[in-house]
Amino acid sequence: MIGIVGYGGYVPRLRLSRQAVVQANLWYAPQFARRKGHRAMANWDEDSITMAVAAARDCLGPDDEKRRAIRSVHLASDTLPFAERLNAGVVCEALTLDEDVEARDVTGTPRAALTCLGDAVARVRAFGGDAVVLAADNRKTRAASSQELDFGDGAAAIRIGTEDVIAAFLGKGTVSVDFVDHFRLAGEDIDYHWEERWVRDEGIAKLVPRAVAAALGESGVAAEEVTRFIFPSTFARMAEQVAETCGIRPDAVVDVLENEIGETGAAHGLLLLAQTLENARPGEVIVIAQFGAGAEAVVLRVTEAVSRFRPRIGVSGWIARGVEETNYTKFLSFKGQLRLERGMRGEQDKKTALSTAYRHRKAILGLVGGRCEVTGKVYFPPSRLSIDGGGTVKDTQKPYKLAERRGRVLSWSAEQLSFHMSPPHHYGQIDFDGGGRILMEFSDIAPGDVEVGTEVEMVFRIKDFDERRGFLRYFWKATPVRGVASAPASQSGSE
Amino acid sequence: MANGIKDKVAIIGMGCSRFGERWDASPEDLMVEAYGEAMADAGIAPEQIGAAWFSTHMDDIGTGRGGTPMGIALRLPNIGVTRVENFCAGGSEAIRGAVYAVASGACDIALALGVEKLKDTGYGGLPMGSVGTYIPQWYPNAVAPANFAQLASAYQRKHRLDRDLLKRAIAHVSVKSHANGALNPKAHLRKPVTEEQVLAAPIVAEPLGLFDCCGVSDGAAAVIVTTPDIARGLGKKDLITFKALQVCTSNGWEMHSNEWDGSYVHTARIAAKRAYEEAGIRNPRQEISLTEVHDCFSITELVTMEDLFLSEEGSAVRDVLDGVYDADGRVPCQADGGLKCFGHPVGASGIRMLYEIYLQLSGRAGERQLPAPSLGLIHNLGGQPSQNVCSVSIVGLHRA
Repeated sequence: MIGIVGYGGYVPRLRLSRQAVVQANLWYAPQFARRKGHRAMANWDEDSITMAVAAARDCLGPDDEKRRAIRSVHLASDTLPFAERLNAGVVCEALTLDEDVEARDVTGTPRAALTCLGDAVARVRAFGGDAVVLAADNRKTRAASSQELDFGDGAAAIRIGTEDVIAAFLGKGTVSVDFVDHFRLAGEDIDYHWEERWVRDEGIAKLVPRAVAAALGESGVAAEEVTRFIFPSTFARMAEQVAETCGIRPDAVVDVLENEIGETGAAHGLLLLAQTLENARPGEVIVIAQFGAGAEAVVLRVTEAVSRFRPRIGVSGWIARGVEETNYTKFLSFKGQLRLERGMRGEQDKKTALSTAYRHRKAILGLVGGRCEVTGKVYFPPSRLSIDGGGTVKDTQKPYKLAERRGRVLSWSAEQLSFHMSPPHHYGQIDFDGGGRILMEFSDIAPGDVEVGTEVEMVFRIKDFDERRGFLRYFWKATPVRGVASAPASQSGSE
Repeated sequence: MANGIKDKVAIIGMGCSRFGERWDASPEDLMVEAYGEAMADAGIAPEQIGAAWFSTHMDDIGTGRGGTPMGIALRLPNIGVTRVENFCAGGSEAIRGAVYAVASGACDIALALGVEKLKDTGYGGLPMGSVGTYIPQWYPNAVAPANFAQLASAYQRKHRLDRDLLKRAIAHVSVKSHANGALNPKAHLRKPVTEEQVLAAPIVAEPLGLFDCCGVSDGAAAVIVTTPDIARGLGKKDLITFKALQVCTSNGWEMHSNEWDGSYVHTARIAAKRAYEEAGIRNPRQEISLTEVHDCFSITELVTMEDLFLSEEGSAVRDVLDGVYDADGRVPCQADGGLKCFGHPVGASGIRMLYEIYLQLSGRAGERQLPAPSLGLIHNLGGQPSQNVCSVSIVGLHRA
């Protein structure tokens, strides 16, 4: 049997209140006055790469053994930060995967994740090993547009394999036609959208049922057998309408989380699938379909093994961790649409020496330190000589992964002096469980969240943006270990 | 076994520019100002200087890179000028170079000068320096206030202190330095402040407020040294000699082990121990007459009192509040206003500290003169608490 052997998701902590957006734009766009709920909002240091890493970690867990079985990484997104530089390659480094892993970026349509899912199944079938499909989107929208309210930021991860399959892959259907409902020329930031009724009636309503019918046909499953139907759309009751056309029961339609996080683009189908699997029962038939340059649909049957897998936090867990954000200018600033005064410290050159970055890629992207085999001490960054022995203990440090370890704050401060996208700028020294110490930045944090002794975990984030040359560098940051709060807590702070 | 620097080298002249926002002055102007005073004080001709050490930190405002900026500004007679850079401890490092040169017998008279023109960088605080190609890829875009503020968070937790009590103690550090600086005509900041003002100031880096941070100043300071014998030959009496010059540089232990608790400066303790040994000091609290320490931030001065073994560990808060380090206290600290109020032109600071001790020991400190000091300690800290260069120097009246 081949199919899903693990799943996970990621929803950024910030949840922008739609009413906050509405109130700011009411003078201009009164038509949105009644919009309610929240949309997930990436922090300033998050993008599709970092969110994909977060979702992958949610899916894979801390177990290094599981990562070793992965032979391919398929990253689907329409908002990859790099047009050229393998975005999935950055993800592989962050996950400390083996270097002989196949990694690919797939983009150009919201259904890219389902394309990846099919590719992953084919690859596992042909060559063995496991594959992981990652999908993430962090879209920019025009201020005071319906997309600004509809969209959300997020990511999902699905692991494909043949052992302990929790949802068997039964088949898929694809319709590829150049039906353009929205588009974005290379190099542009924001999509251009066409009239809704045309998209809905001529596009989705006609193309998606064809893909679903093809998938059901290949799977040998009748539409009535489908117990969960996943179809992400920003149009009200669109999934219900498609389900009806396809002959799928109305009660099978899965809620698209419009009120909680909004529509997360290429990630949304897999994100809803990951959440659906959290409480799916053995025997259930799941159909997931996505629209874009045609449509794609996949049919899965849940197995007994479903209860034996849990993601680290899971989509529901991430949703519950949300913190309300009511500051619309913060949203615009984080999305690069409102340039706030940066002061002289904001002029600092962030040029990256690519040779240095490459030489130290394991340490920087993988957060791999060194553990001295003689003294047991952990070093970050790793070094040639260990501290004990007065510099006589040489070349004894072996790679030692720190990203999945927790730590505690030894010292910290939060300052208002340096330019920071979300002041105050928090950083401090972290002592890792099992040894090792790093002076590092904090993220997803508000004043009062950290003190000496606070337990932290690592998140992979944008470290710096070199605006002069258009380059991003990534590193890890500390964030307080958090339980699950009621979503979204009415707390608005600096992130 | 080395027998140390004690009494091998004497100061024959010192000079210091007025510190502050010297919009009127170029780095050359500041160097000439400090050098001129030092030369007049020493009463020697430029040809008598055998070698020079030049301390400056910023390399993008025309005072950095090589020895030429100093050689040209002072029209030195083609002697060797060595630029030293060791963060904020650079000034002390320049002194060490000059003193060691004289002690070795390689030259008779040596000059050390430090200068910094911070205001020409355009920043309100210290500008961000370049730290190479690797460190910025993982290290926080950290600023000095937050690096030192971390001492406060760790110190507060270690000693189970109430935040308000620690805030009040470090406020006293600043109030004291402002009171001292007000009496110093060369100081940058010359207005006394109250504890209430300090506590009410906006936070720069939690828990440090604006008044917990030292001035960002322009300035230069110079010292001319020779052997006691040559000094006497030049007609100098009541000599002031070096008793100890110690520099301790981090080897990474603070960050590359989990043993350091973040509440103190490891290198300062080592440098202090070595300096006391070199100078033959057994009880610093009794024997040291006054100190000039690296009070880049008020919390730094507070923990430094423990690092120098002047306060027992955990008792600096009480000592500071009790006025032990006030001008009329048992061990006056920053009689000239310190980095806090005299100002902190990075490359000049170590030499500026020596200047104050020199004036005090010579009985030439004017309105702020302390009663009969005999031994002064200079503590100069470059870098940050977790990774730094710390120098501890002791100078005193020559009793040979």
